[in-house]
Amino acid sequence: MTASRLTLWLLFAPFLAWVLLLVVIPHIDLLILSLREKVAPRVYETGFRNYADFITSSVYPWTLFRTVAFSLVTTAVTFVIGFPVAFYIAKVARGRRRAALFLLCLLPFWVSEIVRVFGWMMILRETGLLSGFLQWAHVTSGPVEFLYNDAAIMIGLVYTSMLFMIVPLISTIDGLDDALIEAGYDLGGNGVTVMTRIVIPYAMPGIMAGSIVVFMLSLGNYLTPTLLGGKNGQWFTAQIYNQFITRFNWELGSAFGFILLITSTLVVWLLLRLSGQSLSNTLGR
Amino acid sequence: MIPSIPQPRGIRFAYGAYVALFFLYMAAPLAVVATFAFNDAQFPGLPWKGFTLDWFFGTERPKIGLIHDRRIVAGFFNSLIIASCVTALSLSVATTTAYLFERHSFRFKELAYMLMLAPLVIPGVILGISILVFSSTIANFASDTLGIEISALRPGMFLVVLGQFSFITTIVTLVLAARLRKFDPALEEAALNLGASPLTVFRTISLPWLRPALIGSGIVSFLISFENFNTTLMLNGSDAPLVITMFDRMKEGSTPVLNAVSLALMLGSGLLGLIGVLVQRDRGGN
Repeated sequence: MTASRLTLWLLFAPFLAWVLLLVVIPHIDLLILSLREKVAPRVYETGFRNYADFITSSVYPWTLFRTVAFSLVTTAVTFVIGFPVAFYIAKVARGRRRAALFLLCLLPFWVSEIVRVFGWMMILRETGLLSGFLQWAHVTSGPVEFLYNDAAIMIGLVYTSMLFMIVPLISTIDGLDDALIEAGYDLGGNGVTVMTRIVIPYAMPGIMAGSIVVFMLSLGNYLTPTLLGGKNGQWFTAQIYNQFITRFNWELGSAFGFILLITSTLVVWLLLRLSGQSLSNTLGR
Repeated sequence: MIPSIPQPRGIRFAYGAYVALFFLYMAAPLAVVATFAFNDAQFPGLPWKGFTLDWFFGTERPKIGLIHDRRIVAGFFNSLIIASCVTALSLSVATTTAYLFERHSFRFKELAYMLMLAPLVIPGVILGISILVFSSTIANFASDTLGIEISALRPGMFLVVLGQFSFITTIVTLVLAARLRKFDPALEEAALNLGASPLTVFRTISLPWLRPALIGSGIVSFLISFENFNTTLMLNGSDAPLVITMFDRMKEGSTPVLNAVSLALMLGSGLLGLIGVLVQRDRGGN
């Protein structure tokens, strides 16, 4: 064995141990478990009953659909709110102001998600600040509960995902030459046409990178929907948690896990196809 | 639009106001949490009952401050241990992996690269349950056939470390690989030609070049580990890290000690994050 081959193996071994033992084999094991049917205590057969249970249930497919739809809306809202800010930081602000604004964007995300959710709970709950303010301003006469509904979940998810949309947007828009925008105006374009024909097509890899990450993070989120949505949260990850931790039905929980994995892969693939991008030129950059 | 294109003042003003409003939205929940850490009330929220530091330093019931709250202190130290282990492990494996992908070619490199990226696109909850299932398979096998009980493979700190390591390493690898890509391999070759051993070359040439990226991504992995929730939730045992302790408290309703812990976390992670930014800016070269 030559020295360079030895080096290659020394570098390859930790990588292989990591990817095989913590990613590949556990997922194969998860798949095997999801195909296991309990026929009697400690007696199992292989089959698709757990998946059939999912499809025929009245609750689970609906929860999955709801989770996917909500995550897509979260992604869209995050983009609409974040894009003007990203453009402002990348193209309008200059020098120290720009660095300061960028840092201000980052700051909330160094703090744990649980702290951010806690903040929204304090604002939105019945005894919280928003309700208190509305009573003080005599808009309402009694306390109002803003927590435990879909809007609260949405506010929390958008807040929590914002950074992952804004950072890739800033880095792509930053690469756009100002001269292109000026040329667009010189050739008679207005703000809208320059935006839709020059800036957005140029920023597409960044938009997709941000969208994929935001979508994945929302879909896989447990904390925000559970705390802000309460019993009405009905997030699919909460179903997985229930099967694993509360009901101890690992077989069904594994099937749910795989269904979530396949769904998320499918949606990401569709998003990439629709936008004409590939995974390597969005995430791999 | 951009400064070189003249715009009506009204539109410029509206744009600026929108950006200001956005930052207000970003700051609001954090400011609220921080403010009410000093509220002299039993419950986190309105009404304001006066200023107190008891939620930090209080020693008597019902106002036990965070430094005297046993579960919170224990959670903090558990998180500290977990985050240190994850950071050390992921930095080591990410360095070798970044070298592997940047400096070597081998068969199935594309496939290997896809597998390396995979943990980023797998939801954290699923990473957690897959590792839980696999480790339980091994632990059950060991206890059923060999009669050995491997407690490390049951939910607990060790599994939390593995679970967080599995995806944080991907992030660190991407950062280090990007840094390595900007490095001229001719510098290493020159040193080798001048008679330095490969280890000396790594220590005196490659490592100083990688240092800002190592420090920066080390801080990032520490922060991600410290605040990770989804993967941790599935793998955590009786020795719960801080975020899980806080989550349990939040569900059962808590005193403003939670605000105090949150404020401490904000200050701690804000400081670490700033150090990370400064390190990468000063030595990064770009």
